[in-house]
Amino acid sequence: MQSLTKRRFGMGVDTVACVGCSACAIACKTENDVPQGHTRRWVNQRVEGRFPHLTMMVWSDSCQQCDDSPCVDACPTGASHVHEATGTTQVDRNKCTGCKACIAACPYGARYVRPEGYVDKCTLCIHRLKRGERTACEEVCPTKAIVVGDLNDSRSELSRRIAARHHRRQKVEAGTNPRFYLFT
Amino acid sequence: MQNTTFTELTTTRMNPHVDPGLHIWGWEVPVYLFLGGLAAGLLILSSYAVLSRKKRDLPTSANWAPLLVVPALLIGLTALFLDLEYKLHVYRFYLTFQPTAPMSWGSWILGIVFVTSGLSTVYALYQLPWFANLGLAKMRLLQALRGFAGRHERGLATSNLVLGISLGIYTGILLSAFSARPLWNSSVLGMIFLASGLSSGAALAALMAARLNRDEASPEHEFLVRFDLTCIVVEAGLIGLWIVGLLTGTEAGREAAALILGGPYTAAFWSLVVAVGLVVPGTLEVMALRSRWNSHLVAPLLVLVGGVALRFILVNAGQVSAIAQTVGHG
Repeated sequence: MQSLTKRRFGMGVDTVACVGCSACAIACKTENDVPQGHTRRWVNQRVEGRFPHLTMMVWSDSCQQCDDSPCVDACPTGASHVHEATGTTQVDRNKCTGCKACIAACPYGARYVRPEGYVDKCTLCIHRLKRGERTACEEVCPTKAIVVGDLNDSRSELSRRIAARHHRRQKVEAGTNPRFYLFT
Repeated sequence: MQNTTFTELTTTRMNPHVDPGLHIWGWEVPVYLFLGGLAAGLLILSSYAVLSRKKRDLPTSANWAPLLVVPALLIGLTALFLDLEYKLHVYRFYLTFQPTAPMSWGSWILGIVFVTSGLSTVYALYQLPWFANLGLAKMRLLQALRGFAGRHERGLATSNLVLGISLGIYTGILLSAFSARPLWNSSVLGMIFLASGLSSGAALAALMAARLNRDEASPEHEFLVRFDLTCIVVEAGLIGLWIVGLLTGTEAGREAAALILGGPYTAAFWSLVVAVGLVVPGTLEVMALRSRWNSHLVAPLLVLVGGVALRFILVNAGQVSAIAQTVGHG
């Protein structure tokens, strides 16, 4: 297995392929024991234009795994941190006080408080990445719309798609440098 | 209108306190921010009395104001503690220092403020005639602390002044550091909260002075009125700059400003913060200085109400403000 050092995992969603079936959201809940009434992963539907000239975009959404994560900057205890080996943003539940500064800091609304009291969000299934497996959402997607990959590896499926396809990112003006790509 | 396009976003996300609008902080955080600002104001005021060698002219500010700093901070920190979702992990604030996190700065500033203001409290307690008769006053540790505080009175006042200013500004920076909340994301906010904290501290000292100094023509009355009036004018100017900054900034800033300029928080902000907290007490204080009508109670009480309202309205409105959902190229 390739070493995990200096990797920078990100996510891409093919909005042309995504049908909004929510299988990813359900797989995520099962895999990560997300409590009832809470969501780490959800489905967005964006309709734009003026009738009859409308366009619709559907995509599976979650934490954007920002390069400049405001949640990590805002955390007073170091609970929100960047995992060295994968470059992903994670929460150490043993350090989290539940002060909710990270929730206020996240422009994407990706975080919530678990009933136990600590803050939670998409981990990009880091436990699976460490084993060289795919994330639960990527694995279950029936249209192969979700791609998770190393952005530091130009041969990864995600890097190749970013090079080849038109893509967008959400709220880039927030200055977070999100690593979450929407292929259009 | 022909070219107008509309965007509608539907989401299956539904997290408590995040959807449909962010509401993670209730009454606890505004109460803490108000009491933190008040404590900062009292610290600065009492330090000024010592450093300007006016302890005799300003007895309330010098001797009584320090006694309220620790109680105000303790109540404020209790409120903050109640807001924590994982209370057992509260000690985690003091196992690290995170330079990018205002809350981490605040934790350490508060830790140091407790030590220095605690020393001032002990010193001030011994100034009270009834305290000296208590058995507690004969405790060796307290006497040693009093002696230390007495020997280093000016040094202690200087550090309290610096820490008071830091604490007052920090209560605003805590909110302004969130770039995801455009209403808060202004560097002026720290100065607004410092001015408001100073004003609240002066108002509380004025209320105490009215009870303690029976002599209405005492120089402390006039000093506190002038001090408070200065704070009110500065705070009003800073609030104006803050709104101008939002309106001349990005689209997100303009949308945030709309919350208090026609939006749901307009009536509360302009009536409670601006009218009750600034305009009316400011006018009363100008009248008091011209000896037209002297009220030792109304103006300070209104200032305190305005200070509480400022924190509640800003904490609530700021959470609602957000960067619009955009899907940009790149």
